[in-house]
Amino acid sequence: MTAPSTNTAKPATGILALLKTAFINALVALVLFSLMVGIRTEAGSSGQLTYWTRFGELASLVAIVFGGSIVIELLRQWIGPTGAEKLVPPALQSGMSLIGRYLTPALLIFTLLVPVIFYDQRYILDLAILVLTYVMLGWGLNVVVGLAGLLDLGYVAFYAVGAYSYGLLATNFGWSFWICLPLAGILAAFWGVLLGFPVLRLRGDYLAIVTLAFGEIIRLVIINWQELTGGPNGVSGIPRPTFFGIPLDNSDEGFAARLGIEYSPTHRIVFLFYLILALALLTNWVTIRLRRLPIGRAWEALREDEVACRALGINTTTTKLTAFATGAMFGGFAGAFFATRQGFISPESFTFQESALVLAIVVLGGMGSQLGVALAALAMIGGFELFRGLETYRMLVFGMAMVLIMIWRPRGLIGHRAPTVFLTKAQAISSDLVKEGHG
Amino acid sequence: MNGDKILTVDRLTMRFGGIVAVQDLSFDAERKKITALIGPNGAGKTTVFNCITGFYKPSAGAIRLAHDDGRVIALERLNDFRIAKQAKVARTFQNIRLFPGMTALENLMVAQHNALMRASGFTLLGLVGAPGYRDAEKRAIDLATDWLRRVNLLDRADDAAGNFAYGDQRRLEIARAMCTEPALLCLDEPAAGLNARESAALSELLLSIRNELGTSILLIEHDMSVVMEISDHIVVMDHGVKIAEGTPREVRDDPKVIAAYLGADEEEAVAVMESGT
Ligand SMILES: Nc1ncnc2c1ncn2[C@@H]1O[C@H](COP(=O)(O)OP(=O)(O)O)[C@@H](O)[C@H]1O
Ligand SMILES: [Mg+2]
Repeated sequence: MTAPSTNTAKPATGILALLKTAFINALVALVLFSLMVGIRTEAGSSGQLTYWTRFGELASLVAIVFGGSIVIELLRQWIGPTGAEKLVPPALQSGMSLIGRYLTPALLIFTLLVPVIFYDQRYILDLAILVLTYVMLGWGLNVVVGLAGLLDLGYVAFYAVGAYSYGLLATNFGWSFWICLPLAGILAAFWGVLLGFPVLRLRGDYLAIVTLAFGEIIRLVIINWQELTGGPNGVSGIPRPTFFGIPLDNSDEGFAARLGIEYSPTHRIVFLFYLILALALLTNWVTIRLRRLPIGRAWEALREDEVACRALGINTTTTKLTAFATGAMFGGFAGAFFATRQGFISPESFTFQESALVLAIVVLGGMGSQLGVALAALAMIGGFELFRGLETYRMLVFGMAMVLIMIWRPRGLIGHRAPTVFLTKAQAISSDLVKEGHG
Repeated sequence: MNGDKILTVDRLTMRFGGIVAVQDLSFDAERKKITALIGPNGAGKTTVFNCITGFYKPSAGAIRLAHDDGRVIALERLNDFRIAKQAKVARTFQNIRLFPGMTALENLMVAQHNALMRASGFTLLGLVGAPGYRDAEKRAIDLATDWLRRVNLLDRADDAAGNFAYGDQRRLEIARAMCTEPALLCLDEPAAGLNARESAALSELLLSIRNELGTSILLIEHDMSVVMEISDHIVVMDHGVKIAEGTPREVRDDPKVIAAYLGADEEEAVAVMESGT
């Protein structure tokens, strides 16, 4: 940890400020912990109050806080956004922009080739499908949170609506996946509008809490409406997707038999992979297009300044509703995919944890950035698997990693906004200027 | 005043709980003219603007907007975005409200939202890239470019509005309001924070908006050099009521106006009197 002091322009004041911050933090810790830890009270044998002091523990805790604040402050200075530009040499910077230019096509080509490269590794294929599902969910939620700036903590509700729409329509009426997919999207969008109406006047924290409640309500309705949804038992026997009518199974009319190749269960996995990839890319394509249309610009303007939008004659109500509906529709598509992939759905899959995970992906990715969200989904879902070996410590390591990334990049992995229209040259806009929205 | 009136404010009253911010205020704004609303801080000028532009619902009174085609719109019955959309009243804010994370050009494109929305078939035609929408977007960019040129910001079209200097932000906000192609433009202290050179440029811009485009302007301003130079008619407010109105010359010599400014803020009173010499 000597690097930062050599890199800062005025190490003396830097160190002084550092020590001051650490000292203040330690002082706060001392005040807090002196009662919580320093003095221990207990009811004695005859009911009298006995107490004893634990100054040793208190001292070590305060020391940890002191040391910890120094380390965090150093980390912030070392890799934090303020000094980042100065610390990265120009050669490396141009190299990074080169990487930036080719990253998207390279990632896309790699993704297209995943089933070819990892054909024999079922585990990786399954993981890739999972990652892509979250990429799609992240992109869907990004419309609401990243573009329109509406904090939605109940996104999983639309995922659930999509999944149950397909599950119930397919098991009850025998409708095929390709008919149910748009229906699932439409139904989810419909619920998005229904949710949108009551919460339109709410902002920020209030909006977040109501959307969170909405997510829970949907889950509780699913659990309790037993006749329709099967309650906690869920819906099982959901038909697997077909290759446009041709089942991907071992039968005589199956995909393999028709092509005259040997049947393998991997066919279905590969098909699912390309299906979710296509759905995710559709989400991406539509979002990118919408951003460049008046509706998308109005979403972003809403995030920037709602009052100004109204002064310009923009109907903020319908603008918010379309954002909710669009995001919900993509969530519904993803839900239908989830149902056909699992073959079984139950309320357990649609808890608040899912909403939080998708939101974390959007925030980590850099709100509004499509590439950032994709990278964040890969990092979060992939990283989560990577730490599987650590067992109990997995959550701890994972949480630490998140904290470090947010210190390093408080505005997410991709910290700039691309303009939707330009006269001479499109310049990336620093995220410092871009508002996060306030509800 | 017996000219052609675009805006008629009739006995407007706005109360906030016990506070009466505007009381029984009546005045008119003439078509294709610049009407200034002046008065010391806290006189209720911004509140009047908020009532006209639908951000506040007046406690009492009527606000009528008469369009060129004879349509008369009761503004107090329309709310927020409809006043800008249907009645074609655009405004700027005392504390600038641009979209800081969007480029100057994008800011002006957002201002043309309603026209572009219609052209994009409420998004469906735009999504499939219909040629009609492409043309409309090109026209919108042309209009935005035109306004960027007028406010002298063309070379900064692709910069984020949040990066602009204060004076540039003020001009960009006016350009954005003008991109809605308003019948009445309401400006809340557009010269606040500008230096003398920028104020002069602003006066010129407002005069060109009135003379070349024939847009009626309602202006709140403290900078007396601007007000006295460009206003056709001035309404003076103090403590929520109108204390005087008339031409710049009449207002300048009105003892009530001078007293109001003297009572509120000496510097401003001096500014009023000095601008007369
Ligand atoms: N939303 C509001 N709630 C309560 N009081 C308000 C509100 N808006 C304005 N006022 C009061 O109305 C009076 C006039 O304010 P304002 O119209 O901003 O004055 P001006 O623009 O002339 O400086 C002030 O006393 C202010 O406190
Ligand atoms: Mg004011």
